[in-house]
Amino acid sequence: MNSEARPIIRPLPHSTPLLPAMWAVLKRDLKVNFRQLQDTLNPLLFFVMVVSLFPLGVSPEVAFLEMAGAGILWVAALLSTLLSLDHLYRHDFDDGTLEQLALQPQPLYWLVLAKTLAHWLVTGLPLVLLAPMLGVMVHLDGNSAAILCLTLLVGTPVLSFIGSIGAALTLGLRSGGVLLSLLIIPLYIPVLIFGTGTVTAAAEGAPVGGYLALMGAFLVLAMTLAPFASAAALRISLSNN
Amino acid sequence: MSEPLKSAPLLQAIGLSCERDDRLLFQSLDFSIVPGSLTRVEGANGSGKTTLLRILAGLHDGFEGQVLWQGQPLIADRETFLRNLLFMGHRPGVKPLLTPLENLRFLISGRQRVTDDQLSEALSRAGLAGFEDVSCQHLSAGQTRRVALARLLLSDEPLWILDEAFTAIDQQGVEGLEQLLVNRAAMGGAIILTTHHEPELPGMDRLCLGQGGGREF
Repeated sequence: MNSEARPIIRPLPHSTPLLPAMWAVLKRDLKVNFRQLQDTLNPLLFFVMVVSLFPLGVSPEVAFLEMAGAGILWVAALLSTLLSLDHLYRHDFDDGTLEQLALQPQPLYWLVLAKTLAHWLVTGLPLVLLAPMLGVMVHLDGNSAAILCLTLLVGTPVLSFIGSIGAALTLGLRSGGVLLSLLIIPLYIPVLIFGTGTVTAAAEGAPVGGYLALMGAFLVLAMTLAPFASAAALRISLSNN
Repeated sequence: MSEPLKSAPLLQAIGLSCERDDRLLFQSLDFSIVPGSLTRVEGANGSGKTTLLRILAGLHDGFEGQVLWQGQPLIADRETFLRNLLFMGHRPGVKPLLTPLENLRFLISGRQRVTDDQLSEALSRAGLAGFEDVSCQHLSAGQTRRVALARLLLSDEPLWILDEAFTAIDQQGVEGLEQLLVNRAAMGGAIILTTHHEPELPGMDRLCLGQGGGREF
């Protein structure tokens, strides 16, 4: 390691391209997730298993499944998101890359946003894509299944964003898993109620526009505010480290 | 070689006190870091070296006193300060699942535009030629540290804070690294570091924390 004479080093002005930095975070997280495919697929497998165990464990009757199907899928999606949350910052915290992320010359808000988006792309989006198949399994009709997918598409990013706050807060704790669930589940309940409510309304032939608009509002709120809270929580966790 | 301006400090600490778990680590610490200086923070285990470095980097906020970057509080313009700071903690900040090239690219991505050739060159100068595309989980502790250290070769940040950067580095690497730091300071870069071994760096300032009296080792 040698270094030839270079010009005198001066303090640098403020110049921080935001989009390339966010893109780099997103790309890196996707890459890391694809290289630990088992960890990434675990929540998906959980989702599929929970949904397919209900007909076996409770009742395979069409009447029951038609009634409970949407709820089963939503609860399974919620729990599988919860399962994946602990990994969101944990590995980065342990290997020191989270510290480097917090020291990047961009606002942590945007970097956390990119990171949460990556989390949704590997956990939430696959759930949405699997939902139609599982919908058929629980005898949802075409219209209900489409509405269910739509609610999951709008709802799962909300789960990721809210969850990222809990994951950031419990980061410094040795066993944050239980606390994470206790913190996050109450915040997930409104999303769950409106998610299943939309599908029920659709099955009864009621208009669902209002429901979907409300879920959209959840999404906008979570997307804009949650990264603030997560970034602040991350700073606290790093500070107590 | 012309001496860089020693008058305007880059970083200033005013009345820095820190308490952790009801234990006073240090109090009323005043010092300034000028361009071209090399400062080693010294002290016994648990004397607060790492905590001090993390305070200076803005990572730790449980302290009293002020840290100023070019006369302004750190929080006044955090992004500009962070752009001027290269911090290396005792965890190297290298992802085991990525290759050295990917790791280095990510560490630099938010700061500088660099080409892959520059990254590869830095890695080979850091002793990782031929390992660019090997997953970091297959590298030794020293090699992993070298991935993080390769960043120093591309750095344009005037302030380096290095916490135990020499950990796991072999004898030859330590000498090369010491030379790099001395050259850097000669060019006007400011360096604050902690080390386990006693480095031989000309012109090094010392900042002592606490006392380890009354102990057998």
